[in-house]
Amino acid sequence: MEASSSVSVAIMGSGGAGALTTGSFLLEAASTAGWYGLFSRTLGPQIRGGEAAALLRLAVDPVEGAPELYDLIIGIDWLNAQRFGAEIQTGPHSLVISDSGGEEPPPNLTQSGARIVAVPMKDMAKAIPHGRPNMIALGIACRLLGLAPEQVLPLVGRQLADKGAAAVEASRAAIQAGYGAVADLEFDTRLAAPNPSSVSRWLISGNEATALGAMRGGVRFAAAYPITPATEILEWLAPSLAKAGGVLLQAEDELAAINMIIGSSFGGTPALTATSGPGLSLMIEALGLATAAEIPVVVVDVMRGGPSTGIPTKSEQADLNIAVYGLHGDAPHLVVAPQSVGDCLFTTQWATYLAETLQSPAIVLSDQFMGQSRAAIPRPADVAFIGARTVAGDIAGAYKRYAMAANGVSPMAIPGMRGGQYTADGLTHSERGTPTSGATDHLTQLDKRRDKLNGFSFGEHWATVEGNGALAILVWGSLTGAAREAAGRAAADGIEVRLVAPRLLSPVQPEQFAAALDGVERILVVEQTHGAQFHHYLRAHYDLPAPVRVLNRPGPLPITASEIQRAITEWR
Amino acid sequence: MSIANVAPALKPADYKSDTTPIWCPGCGDYHVLLSFTRAFARLGLPPEEIVVVSGIGCSSRIPAYTNCYGFHGVHGRSLALAAGLKVARPDLTVVVASGDGDGYSIGGNHFLHACRRNVDMTYVVMDNHIYGMTKGQPSPTTEPEFDTALSPGGTGLRPFHPLVIALASGANFVARCFSGELNQTTDVLVEAIQHPGFSFVEILSPCVTFRPDERAWKQLVHPAPVAATNDPGKAARRIMTDDGFNIGILYRGDRSPYQPPIGMATIDLSELEKEFER
Repeated sequence: MEASSSVSVAIMGSGGAGALTTGSFLLEAASTAGWYGLFSRTLGPQIRGGEAAALLRLAVDPVEGAPELYDLIIGIDWLNAQRFGAEIQTGPHSLVISDSGGEEPPPNLTQSGARIVAVPMKDMAKAIPHGRPNMIALGIACRLLGLAPEQVLPLVGRQLADKGAAAVEASRAAIQAGYGAVADLEFDTRLAAPNPSSVSRWLISGNEATALGAMRGGVRFAAAYPITPATEILEWLAPSLAKAGGVLLQAEDELAAINMIIGSSFGGTPALTATSGPGLSLMIEALGLATAAEIPVVVVDVMRGGPSTGIPTKSEQADLNIAVYGLHGDAPHLVVAPQSVGDCLFTTQWATYLAETLQSPAIVLSDQFMGQSRAAIPRPADVAFIGARTVAGDIAGAYKRYAMAANGVSPMAIPGMRGGQYTADGLTHSERGTPTSGATDHLTQLDKRRDKLNGFSFGEHWATVEGNGALAILVWGSLTGAAREAAGRAAADGIEVRLVAPRLLSPVQPEQFAAALDGVERILVVEQTHGAQFHHYLRAHYDLPAPVRVLNRPGPLPITASEIQRAITEWR
Repeated sequence: MSIANVAPALKPADYKSDTTPIWCPGCGDYHVLLSFTRAFARLGLPPEEIVVVSGIGCSSRIPAYTNCYGFHGVHGRSLALAAGLKVARPDLTVVVASGDGDGYSIGGNHFLHACRRNVDMTYVVMDNHIYGMTKGQPSPTTEPEFDTALSPGGTGLRPFHPLVIALASGANFVARCFSGELNQTTDVLVEAIQHPGFSFVEILSPCVTFRPDERAWKQLVHPAPVAATNDPGKAARRIMTDDGFNIGILYRGDRSPYQPPIGMATIDLSELEKEFER
């Protein structure tokens, strides 16, 4: 039997059954053994008693796209499994492990002809003092995927150390029981041996990568209000900022959070907040203030299904419009979007650098899929983007905070600098900062704020451009990985595909965009929205020099590489 | 700070900017501005180390009229902006200026949490019981029977009681002033700025344009009949039962200000990254 370069595994259970813990251990064990992987979580809104599933792709090479057909599904229980509906797909090759003492697997998993094998996970766990079925499931998964016990057992000791020796011993025993339960089970889907590599790797979630990227870029102050699915950014930042001499304030609401970071940044400390769509909506007025007063701030929006409360635990790309167009007045600002778990680090660091350099707010559009996914990735490179704000040096004579400068960026006085006193203002103001309603000052300052962004050289990072095919996929954000995978498969079928994924959404880059699309004959736009927001954004700002098709769908079901591949092959 | 030590003493005028206020003639806020500059001069604070933060409204124009650093932000959010600034820059003196609409209506939630958070700053609300800048609508402190175009016949609503709210929410210093009592207001502001934690100073500041009746406040105000207390229960009872016109310091608390350590890095970022390495 030929080994696969990538396998997809789902561990399912009702909320609290420990499915996510099992998935987390499985990814740890696989990455320790030298594989790469992506672990996304899907769960209902309930804190306990709902449904939860760990969705994993384990692979020889780094993976960024969502899993598609599942090779292996283990149901610790099936209590609410039907709620996942179309989210978890199986085929005739799939193996479903079910508890022999529990419910039957739901029809949506079995009607594909998947093989079902019953294992008495609950009874086996009961036979072990403090044993838990989810650790039996972990042993089963490791055995079937070809992970040796010595690749997983040491992790348990490390990760559960704070739960005490008895818990560690119970988990080890349960894992070994899991190995034993399927010792003779035939399972043809084996992961190919990992590539020997000297590249060190990280295990990190998109939200953690976002937080680290911000700190690498110089952020030392954060203020935020808890919101799913952004909270992990805050929970990582709170202790980390404290260790690095910074601080995180929990604000009373998002209105306070954005204003707190504006205050911090006005005082010279680079600052960030993280939220999701409902919070971004509340922050919009103050983002206009930061634009007008030219105060750098970074706002991370980990997008979820919308509008309104929407689907807090599922991904979507439908905040593009509010991020780009949400501010009242003419308010140019920065909008960037990371493209993978690992890229959350780079893009947030870059956003911090850009915000500080251009004295502008920057919105980072992450999403639930990559934010809450944990991935084994090659160690991210150290990049040199550290926020370097142009501050006023020795101030002699009358200081003009908003003095015209060739690049539109005026030296900023920071409180404490003698002679630099000025009042930052959301009112239209003169070069000095004095409020005015005059046409000349209004136009001059609007021009200044537009030109400082439009005139900046953003370099190669504005987009990912790969391949040179006549068919271009235009995609953004976390769908970039699925699009890349589809492009790779199409190439294997003899169709050359070009991938163009803008990381910089505002300001737009017409010249670079035209160059990236030079010679294309077909354009496939791919996006996770109901209203085709990205397509309309592209139409508004760019020439699309060839016939266009749009593959768009709202959340919660991720758009997969297979769907993109199908859209490519059907367009011959 | 050897330079500051040899510099000549600053006068109130040194804290005033050359921007001419656009308040109506007779507005109480002129006197509040004077109290600000006098208090700053008496404290001898370098103007570049003071930040005056405000929201939107007539009173919120005050930062630009000072020669300090200023922030004239969006409506109702000055306390949040000031908290971020002060926590990140504890070396600065932060004074927040607001009005009864900006501070008690649109900014009401931030008022509660600023009192509770107890960051070391001074919050001055110029209360004239009316929205002046939008030309005469009722505010949270407007009397129920006061007739306006937006509330014909009056709102019928009980006015908000900011001092009691401040006390209940944890403000560490509570005072009431009248803008016309310049010396006393200056004295109170000096003490409010010096007092650790969140100091709340409500200044009755008449709107002579939309509330000409408030000219009578000059006759109505009187010094608080008893000394300030550090017992919030006593202070609350007194404030709940007074006539709303006794002025002076009403409560001095002894809670420690909220100020997390800042600027003291114990690690390098590469230390943080270790948790991700495999």
